[in-house]
Amino acid sequence: MKDLFKLFFTFARIGGFTFGGGYAMLPMLQKELVEKQKWTTEEDLMDYYALAQCTPGVIAVNVATMIGCRKKGYLGGIIATLGVVFPSFVIIVIIAAVLKNYAELSIVKNAFVGIRACVCALILDSVIKLGKKAVLDVPTLLIAAVVFLLVCFYSISPIILVIAAGLLGLLLQGRRFLK
Amino acid sequence: MMYLRLFYEFFKTGLFAIGGGLATLPFLREMAAKYPNWFTEAQLADMIAISESTPGPIGVNMATYAGFSSGNVFGALCATLGIITPAILTIFLVTKILDAFRGNKYVNGVFYGLRPAVAGLIGAAGITVAKTALLCLPYAGNVLTLFHWPSVAIFVVVFVLLKVFKKHPLWYLAASALVGILLGYI
Repeated sequence: MKDLFKLFFTFARIGGFTFGGGYAMLPMLQKELVEKQKWTTEEDLMDYYALAQCTPGVIAVNVATMIGCRKKGYLGGIIATLGVVFPSFVIIVIIAAVLKNYAELSIVKNAFVGIRACVCALILDSVIKLGKKAVLDVPTLLIAAVVFLLVCFYSISPIILVIAAGLLGLLLQGRRFLK
Repeated sequence: MMYLRLFYEFFKTGLFAIGGGLATLPFLREMAAKYPNWFTEAQLADMIAISESTPGPIGVNMATYAGFSSGNVFGALCATLGIITPAILTIFLVTKILDAFRGNKYVNGVFYGLRPAVAGLIGAAGITVAKTALLCLPYAGNVLTLFHWPSVAIFVVVFVLLKVFKKHPLWYLAASALVGILLGYI
């Protein structure tokens, strides 16, 4: 029971401070789940992201369900998911009910100038941390670079890239097994 | 009856919107055409603005907002539960399969390729955020006016502080929001 509460509140904290969707959630996940609670590792987090990208639904929710499920079974998955959506549910309902011009308020706009710049720094920091665990040799460096460039310049669907990278990984490692 | 329909429509969206966030947009557009008394296409622009400037996953925020416009708090609840249910069910299945194959060398091979791809994807997502956060687009031919210098300053300071102090990201977010508000008064 205590564990379920902890799951709920940890994910509520993550959901309540994630600005900009799934990928922007990564810095919070690293801090809360890898460094503080030690529920998962950087490597597992990347695996979750890859799977979340290719399965239906919002990435942030998928990652929460996966970690909750690993930690405390199906109930844990449900609790973690409800936790991650709870703060924004309350906030959106309040805004939709009484503050329809919220996004136009100058104080909100100004705050978001700061928040967006901060999110950039947080994401860069996260990518460096992940990169250290994911880029192990020349092939993985090439995969990371090619995916980055293809998404940036050709807006190729991330799903296709994730599947291709997985197959490539299998091929490269498979060759090693056969030796 | 309408609540059931809300749940069903958002369940469908959750099931077919793969890739998160704004992938839900085309589904919402279709819904606006099908049920004009729920919300209109014009309202969608506001929904995106609000979903992007509130915490939490964008796709879920859109569902909550659309659900509220259609049927108040209970509508918001139905739409939100609708959009997360298919994800929960699929992830249960995926986790189960994954656990069965844990440590399998072929699965490890797949992840060997997947991990750097994820690093690349997140890097690219960072560039998308950076474009709106740090640049003043469209480019007018002058490098000095291309960058939004106060934002660049926040970016650099936060990045350096992250390396020096291992504080929780929410402190940096709160401080940056405050700096943004203060800069607005200058």
